Amino acid sequence: MAVAVDVRLPTVLRSQAGGQSIVTVKASTIGDVLRELVSEFPGMSGQLLNDDGSLHRFVNVYVNDDDVRYLESLETPVREGDEVSLLPAVAGG
Amino acid sequence: MLRLPRALYLQMVAHCITGLPEEACGVLAGDPVSGTVDRLYPTRNEAASARVFTVDSRDLLQADRDAEGNGTQLIGVFHSHTHTDAYPSPTDVGQAPDPSWHYVVVSLRDSHPVVRSYRIGGDLVEEESVVVLGQAAVAVAV
Repeated sequence: MAVAVDVRLPTVLRSQAGGQSIVTVKASTIGDVLRELVSEFPGMSGQLLNDDGSLHRFVNVYVNDDDVRYLESLETPVREGDEVSLLPAVAGG
Repeated sequence: MLRLPRALYLQMVAHCITGLPEEACGVLAGDPVSGTVDRLYPTRNEAASARVFTVDSRDLLQADRDAEGNGTQLIGVFHSHTHTDAYPSPTDVGQAPDPSWHYVVVSLRDSHPVVRSYRIGGDLVEEESVVVLGQAAVAVAV
C-alpha cells in the first residue's frame, strides 16, 4: 500500500525541485519513490534511473540508515515514517 | 578557491598516507560561497583499490547528516593518487557528481605529497588555488 514518505534531496538535485530540500511522495517501494520523483520533476530523469528502469549507478539511495543496494534495491519496501535520502555516488579513479 | 584550515589539511594528507597502497578518500564540508572547509570526513574506499575509489555510501550518509546537523553542507571530495599526478583522471571527470563541488587530489607519487583542487563541470576541468589557513602563524622568540 502506498504511504507518504519524505525524500531528502542532495544540493545537486534541488534546483530540479524548485529549490526544495525535502519532498513528499506516495510510494510503496523505492522504485515507486524514484519513478514518482521523475514524474513530478522530469529534470531528474536520467539522474535517478537508467533507460531500462534500473537504478542509476551515480546515485545512492537510502531508507533511513541503509543503502538500498544492500537491501532489495528498487524493490525495497517503504513504510509510513521512513525517510528516504538521495546522495550523489562519489567515485573516481 | 579552496580554503583549508591547517589541521584539516594535515588530517587529509595523513588519511591518504595511511590508506596506502590503496587510494584513500573523504568528503569536505563548509561554506559553499567562500570555499572554506570547516569539517573533513575521512571515509572508507568501498572499491578498496590502488586505482579507483568509491566513497563508502554509509560513511557518505553519515557525513552528510553530521554536516547538516552542524549547519553546514558537503562542498567537496578528496582522494589520493598513489602513482600519478595530482590531476583528475578521465574516470574522475566522468564521475564528478556536482559542478559546484571542489575536487581535491592528493598525489603521493613523489616523496612529498602534492595537493591540488579543481572544479569539474561536464568535461571542463579548472584548477583552483588551495589556501592553507593558519600556516603563517609562527611565533619567533628573540
